[in-house]
Amino acid sequence: MSATRLAAGTVRQRVHASERVAHGVLLLVALALLTFLAAPLLAILQKSVQDADGRFVFLANFLAYAQTPALLQSLWNSVWVSGLVTLATVPTAFVFAYALTRSRMRFKGLARTLTLVPLLAPSLLSAISLIYWFGNQGVLKAGLVALGMDQIYGAPGIVLAEIFSTFPHALMILITALTASDARLFEAADAMGTSARRKFFTITLPGAKYGLISAALVVFTLVVTDFGIPKVIGGNFNVLATDVFKLVIGQQDFQKGAVVALLLLAPAVLTFAVDRWVGRKQTALLTARAVPYRPKKAPLFDAAMSLYVIGVCLLILAMLGMAVFASFATFWPYQLQPSFKHYLLGLVDAEVGEAFLNSLVMAAGTAVFGTLLVFVGAYLLEKTQGFGPVRSLVRLLALLPMAVPGLVLGLGCIFFFNEPGNPLNGLYHTLTLLTVCTVVHFYTTGHLTAVTALKALDAEFEAVSASMKVPFYKTFWRVTLPICTPALVDMARYFFINAMTTISAVVFLYSPETKVASIAILNLDEAGEIGAAAAMAVLIAAANAVATGLFMGLQWWVDRRTQAWKNP
Amino acid sequence: MEPYLRLHGIRKDFGSFSALKGIDLDIAQGEFVCFLGPSGCGKTTLLRIIAGLEVQTAGRIELAGRDISALPPAERDYGIVFQSYALFPNLTVADNVSYGLVNRKVPRREAAARVAELLALVGLPGSEGKYPAQLSGGQQQRIALARALATSPGLLLLDEPLSALDAIVRVKLRSEIRSLQRKLGVTTIMVTHDQEEAFAVADRIVVMNQGTIEQVGTAMDVYRDPATLFVADFVGRINALPAVAQGGGLRVGAQGLLCEHASVHGHDDGRELRVYLRPEDVLARPIAAGDSNVFEGLIEKIDFMGPYCLVRVRAATLGDQALTVYLSLNYLAEAQLEEGSRLPLRLLPERMRVFS
Repeated sequence: MSATRLAAGTVRQRVHASERVAHGVLLLVALALLTFLAAPLLAILQKSVQDADGRFVFLANFLAYAQTPALLQSLWNSVWVSGLVTLATVPTAFVFAYALTRSRMRFKGLARTLTLVPLLAPSLLSAISLIYWFGNQGVLKAGLVALGMDQIYGAPGIVLAEIFSTFPHALMILITALTASDARLFEAADAMGTSARRKFFTITLPGAKYGLISAALVVFTLVVTDFGIPKVIGGNFNVLATDVFKLVIGQQDFQKGAVVALLLLAPAVLTFAVDRWVGRKQTALLTARAVPYRPKKAPLFDAAMSLYVIGVCLLILAMLGMAVFASFATFWPYQLQPSFKHYLLGLVDAEVGEAFLNSLVMAAGTAVFGTLLVFVGAYLLEKTQGFGPVRSLVRLLALLPMAVPGLVLGLGCIFFFNEPGNPLNGLYHTLTLLTVCTVVHFYTTGHLTAVTALKALDAEFEAVSASMKVPFYKTFWRVTLPICTPALVDMARYFFINAMTTISAVVFLYSPETKVASIAILNLDEAGEIGAAAAMAVLIAAANAVATGLFMGLQWWVDRRTQAWKNP
Repeated sequence: MEPYLRLHGIRKDFGSFSALKGIDLDIAQGEFVCFLGPSGCGKTTLLRIIAGLEVQTAGRIELAGRDISALPPAERDYGIVFQSYALFPNLTVADNVSYGLVNRKVPRREAAARVAELLALVGLPGSEGKYPAQLSGGQQQRIALARALATSPGLLLLDEPLSALDAIVRVKLRSEIRSLQRKLGVTTIMVTHDQEEAFAVADRIVVMNQGTIEQVGTAMDVYRDPATLFVADFVGRINALPAVAQGGGLRVGAQGLLCEHASVHGHDDGRELRVYLRPEDVLARPIAAGDSNVFEGLIEKIDFMGPYCLVRVRAATLGDQALTVYLSLNYLAEAQLEEGSRLPLRLLPERMRVFS
């Protein structure tokens, strides 16, 4: 009897018509990710093992690279500069996070908000500020000389500017890590009469271990793959990121460019892998029953922490403030009275008003289409079934962008879309491609936000709907989407702000007509118009601040419209 | 009579692990059946296969004479209630209950009347405008039940519907589910790991273990006459004694015992057996002179359980076996029994279930 059953073969459920819709859309998401992510990356791999005429040369390009002393010097520069920035940023951010989570200092919210402001501007804003502080005509140039350094351009400028731009990223990770601690551990330690020092080394530090690893890797990768800061303040100091640009745009040496791009990919992939591993470990630390830690009053400690936080905040303000001040200064350093000269003449003359408009269009496009694509993709992965191989592929491709630096993705896009034989060649240099590339670049963070929101929903909604013969898309529209709107607004805001500030992903892809604001900063700086460059950076930050306000308003409105059921 | 739901040779393999090893089961129209078993026995998997939420590796499912083995969930005919309620939190009670009706283009007025009728049925009339978050767990589960019944499905599937509720609500709601099911006559399958729950509601209980059915029967069958060692162990509290077959009866330790259960027959003398006996089938009174199966026990431990006590006695003549016995609080006081006391006890011969 059992033999006949086995012979009958495995039962396959018939696919319902509405499921076919889900599979079709999932296939579209897969195709989009294959075209705009997988294909460009493969193009880089392909270029790295081909010569200029497209012949397969195996590792010849890598050998040629290894035999070019100047390029090896850049590799070493990238490594030690990134290492130094990591060593400086992570402890600084750790103490700051410690103050915010473990002391009773006042104005924590204000301090936290201030540290997030730099994220609204392109990272190279800090480089521009440093030039005004310590550059050849800088306010504190004399102080720099007194310290025995002859100029800020080069490694010192890169290190300082990167510390500022990576600080908020490290801080966010470390605050999360320090928040995830169980007060009961401290109570148990107190009951046993443990010293504060011992508590720090046996409870706090081990608890934050994964956060520290993760923060260090993220900072290192951000610095290695950052293009804007070394371009603005690096002078003759070469790093990998500027090498890629020079090789590809300057020398049209695509093969070596591809090799360097692969070198840039390495730390990012490592970071990604470690981060996934850390993420799994970290969640186990905090169980649902953990009691959140509430710091006790300790006047001396609180005062010391306040002083530290004030110090760091003043430095951040000095950085932001100088850029704003300089952007309004009529003629640095001779006429400092405020005027709109840089905003009006500088920007308009250089036709960068159009760039700013392009940026807004691109950011809006990224926010709308990115949120749509990412959410639909995440929904289909989490809440529908079947179509196994495509499902696994999309799952993998959705996480991949986290491991791909913008510069590498951008380079891949040139290689792939600039190929004359590619039917999508027409996209090259268009704002559409810039938008799509930016969506892909920031895909993973959006995806993870969406997945978290979707996982919070009861897993049986779809099963219940099917039992009532309601197709999944109706439930998506009536239930899933309304519940997830706060996450959607969050994703849109993230996409918008990052699209406004990104440089690395788009620096290879723009044409004069489709130049965006962040790129315009680089061009203005190169043309010696640093005042206008500062103005542009400030303008981007201002636009993002306004956008953040608008998104908060949208969030409020959406909450009222769709989240009324939470507190009826 | 043709069964309403027929399962034939249902298998479910996850890689090399078999979650279900060929399940055959017929369920009659209007019957209330419980799948009972320890976690991991495959009861939920079987329910989800009936619902089409999981696909069996092999086997055939017929519902009302229709082969639904390969049909997607939407083309079968059932309502389902989950442990987590799975109410749509952003929709009102009325919208939740009418969710399936709206899709069938039932006119608005008709749907509203149906919602009111269902809410009255589950004991929550007038709650149309509320959101699930405003209701208690028990109330939410009633709404989920109303929603599952809204489209008048032929089969109602309940996946541990009471497990998330606290004890008092659980007992109340289970009797309501039972009377509701009687009233509507809808064929119902409920998955549970709680035997008391299964006893309270089911017409028939399907006891499952490791992907197979151990026994199908009424609560009384399963409790009084367990078909397998597993069922005897799993359902209720039981005493297990090693015994030897002897002259058509049994010997436990040094004492010969009379057994009047059919399972005592057909064993050769000297065969090693196991005797299963419920605590309530070990009697302290009445014991008359000349009664069979009487022995003296030494009270080792008394656990107070309220109206009765769980008493562990050790019997020297039964090979120094420990037995659990229920004794009423009144009897213990009356007979002045305490730990260390001795008392005569009797094993009911017709209740001694023998396994080889």
